[in-house]
Amino acid sequence: MRIGVITFPGSLDDVDAARAVRLAGAEPVSLWHGDHDLKDVDAVVLPGGFSYGDYLRAGAIAARSPLMADVVAAAHGGLPVLGICNGFQVLCEAGLLPGALTRNSHLHFRNRDQGLRVERADTAWTTSFEQGQQIVVPVKNGEGRYVAADADLDRLEGEGRVVVRYVGGNPNGSSRDIAGVTSADGRVVGLMPHPEHAVEALTGPSTDGLGFFTSVLTAMVAA
Amino acid sequence: MSADVTSTPHPADGPADAAVRAMPDLDTVDRAGRTPDDAQPFAELGLKDDEYARIREILGRRPTTAELAMYSVMWSEHCSYKSSKVHLRRFGDLPKSDALLVGMGENAGVVDVGEGYAVTFKVESHNHPSYVEPYQGAATGVGGIVRDILTMGARPIAVMDSLRFGAADAPDTARVLPGVVAGVGGYGNCLGLPNIGGELLFDETYAGNPLVNALCVGVLRHEELQLAKAEGAGNKVVLFGARTGGDGIGGVSVLASETFDAEGPAKRPAVQVGDPFTEKLLIEACLEIFAAGLVTGIQDLGGAGISCATSELAAAGSGGMAIDLDAVPLRDSTLTPAEILMSESQERMCAIVEPGKVEEFLAVCRKWDVLATVIGEVTDGDRLTIDWHGERIVDVPPRTVALEGPRYERPMSRPADLDALQADAPPSSSTDLRADWLAVVSSPDGADKSWVTEQYDRYVRGNTVLAQPEDAGVLRIDESSNLGIALALDGNARFARLDPYTGAQLNLAEAYRNVAVSGAEPLAVTNCLNFGSPENPEVMWQFAEAVRGLADGCRELGLPVTGGNVSLYNQTGDVAINPTPVIGVLGVHADVTRRVPTGWRAAGESVLLLGETRPEFGGSAWAAVVHGHLGGLPPRLDLAAERALGELLAALSADGLVSSAHDLADGGLAQALTESALRYGTGARLSVTGDPTAALFGESVARVVVTTADPAAVRAAAEAAGVPVTELGTTGGDALVLDGLLELPLDELRAAWTATLPALFGSPEVAVGTVPAGTVPTS
Repeated sequence: MRIGVITFPGSLDDVDAARAVRLAGAEPVSLWHGDHDLKDVDAVVLPGGFSYGDYLRAGAIAARSPLMADVVAAAHGGLPVLGICNGFQVLCEAGLLPGALTRNSHLHFRNRDQGLRVERADTAWTTSFEQGQQIVVPVKNGEGRYVAADADLDRLEGEGRVVVRYVGGNPNGSSRDIAGVTSADGRVVGLMPHPEHAVEALTGPSTDGLGFFTSVLTAMVAA
Repeated sequence: MSADVTSTPHPADGPADAAVRAMPDLDTVDRAGRTPDDAQPFAELGLKDDEYARIREILGRRPTTAELAMYSVMWSEHCSYKSSKVHLRRFGDLPKSDALLVGMGENAGVVDVGEGYAVTFKVESHNHPSYVEPYQGAATGVGGIVRDILTMGARPIAVMDSLRFGAADAPDTARVLPGVVAGVGGYGNCLGLPNIGGELLFDETYAGNPLVNALCVGVLRHEELQLAKAEGAGNKVVLFGARTGGDGIGGVSVLASETFDAEGPAKRPAVQVGDPFTEKLLIEACLEIFAAGLVTGIQDLGGAGISCATSELAAAGSGGMAIDLDAVPLRDSTLTPAEILMSESQERMCAIVEPGKVEEFLAVCRKWDVLATVIGEVTDGDRLTIDWHGERIVDVPPRTVALEGPRYERPMSRPADLDALQADAPPSSSTDLRADWLAVVSSPDGADKSWVTEQYDRYVRGNTVLAQPEDAGVLRIDESSNLGIALALDGNARFARLDPYTGAQLNLAEAYRNVAVSGAEPLAVTNCLNFGSPENPEVMWQFAEAVRGLADGCRELGLPVTGGNVSLYNQTGDVAINPTPVIGVLGVHADVTRRVPTGWRAAGESVLLLGETRPEFGGSAWAAVVHGHLGGLPPRLDLAAERALGELLAALSADGLVSSAHDLADGGLAQALTESALRYGTGARLSVTGDPTAALFGESVARVVVTTADPAAVRAAAEAAGVPVTELGTTGGDALVLDGLLELPLDELRAAWTATLPALFGSPEVAVGTVPAGTVPTS
């Protein structure tokens, strides 16, 4: 199994995402934003960081990089795609996921170990969990407040497209405690928390994050 | 000569536009020779009469405006260490250490940590800029120290910050602190460097003089080491990174008004503006350039900008250097040559590249969208020349600029008030232990620092094993062998005020202990020496004593000083800051999986105190918080005991005998127990012997609290090592109970400990969309 990790200028957690892929038992493949080459990977991770320094809007410039055109096309064909933090922002800017991530309501960057509830255990990236399972994964962002129009939020909730929700406190003011959402087909997932930072007991608050990366292996076998 | 390469368009004008500006009054070397009597504003640039006379003597004529600018910045206290150099020699006189690959004098020292890896680390101040413009001052402080580490050929892997502010409730602290914290975080987070620890302390003497000391640590393979020197005539000088703008021309508004007419942009901000995104690209480009072997020498541009980089590179090499200043890409085409030479625009580097490798060098820069320009070459001669519009405006021996600046043996005198201060014995008995405990741990110095540290990314790169609030930051370096390092920064200024010689050593001892507590073996020392004005003999005495103390302490502990930074003139009017020698210690972990954290996780474990407690309250947090008292003598220093304790802790860690270890420092046992208990919400039932005030609040050094499931083994090991050991009790329950003295429910303790900073600086708790509070599980 080959899972691509895209590096944009300003990507920071690409090494972490690659490590998580490896620990999950797959082969990480480096992808470069300026290429038009997905290198035949079976899934793609857009890592965290500050692509283009968050200039203009977080994720807005990276969403228009050459490789993203290929990612969007492949995602429409069912390629599993996971966007983490800045990667989530890029997916929203690229139109693959609904809503937007805005400045935290308290206006601070915040890094803490965050409780999450898995609301959907049947997307390409969450089958290793049970629905309703509570996990702990670090959150760290300055622009992580998920917002969408009320009608859109109602629709997302109605369609069961909220993948994870904050529990034990909302770290950034996200609407309805939404920490992650998925596409209609459950193949594209965006998360504000960082599962790649919770894959080893030595360095993470838990190893709960590994589940997102093992899930996609199952999804690929099933597909 | 110029090769301007970038794959993204930049909005600013190119250098060609600058050439359009006619410069009839350009002060050339020729003209300087013809007009020896022209008056020059050297005094306004901070040069003394005799310094200016020496420049004329070196050059055999008056300096040009551009040369005067270069000498003035390079001979400044900041760049030349003219007041401190005679004292800093003591560090160079320490015995040679086998672990030290590169010592003082380079951008940062480099230490062998084994397995072919080397680590480079350094701490630097950005105090004055952070007072003027807190966010950018602090941000560019981080950016500058990161480039120092990068310049050694290392990948920067983490940062730390040591911060001091005026009284926590002073209005100006509310202006400065949030900006500084946001700046440290904003820059470091965007660079992808975890912040693994530091300090946050308050004292009235820092009002108007906040201290912002930033540390960066980087890792490299031995063979990847890069040095800052220009060798090989014909090799190209490449400036790369950001364009040069008018920011950071410190203290030279005078010059600007001399050299600009009224229509020019006369006043420019003295504080630099940071762009961490550009620096991130610069890091990745540099590492790729190093890996491909494309440079023969490299220097970052920090204080004094191009003046510093060119003169230092040339001075360290064997030849000269010729620079075409017109080739420098500018953000502002109206800059004068002197301003270009002095600009401290951030995110710039200067490399020496063999002609045959220039194309490949530029290609790597292009890949990372980094602007790179050939601005000159290494020459056979021994002169640094700089041309502007075809005219020679600088022609100097580079060593006289970079290395042969003035040196002063400034007068020193023991502070007149020191005898009285030391004779003013501190109080020694608490009338309400419980109230005092809560007061100490909820004081701004003792309180929970999450308000600050939550604004820092501690996880990025995935190798952070321990970070704040642990005693030391611990990083994994090699994923297969689990080789790692530990770092701690400590600078107790109260102790240094009472006795700078002993105070500096106590700070060294604390940082050493904090590294040892994590299970690491201490290896090397860096420092950031923050003091008042060197022109005040009493401050100069404090400085000299602190340096002497640190050198003597390092000799006794067998540790080399790898480099450091001096920040003087931290004073407002006659009031100097408390002398603040911030000491950093680096340690090595053979196996980071053996690291020892500070928090208690399990109930039923024995709590042991290692080390000896004496009634020592001079300079203590308890005396300061409860009694507003600073006087007497600092605690007795015992480096032999520190060493024995450190070796014991390393052995206990390697044998897996302790589940936690916490250093006792500010606030004594009360502070340490509070932090260990609240980390994971595990209480303890304990009893102390002897005088309870000394037991709880005394600050005797060489002490650590450990928890263990095997107290007999720990006791045996401690006794074998000659370390006194006292059994305090057992972990468990939801309170800290000190038999016969007091009982503190953890909920109450936590409320007191966590409320302080949010109350002072605003609570960032979220109202919108919050679900009913539960407990975040800590697995």
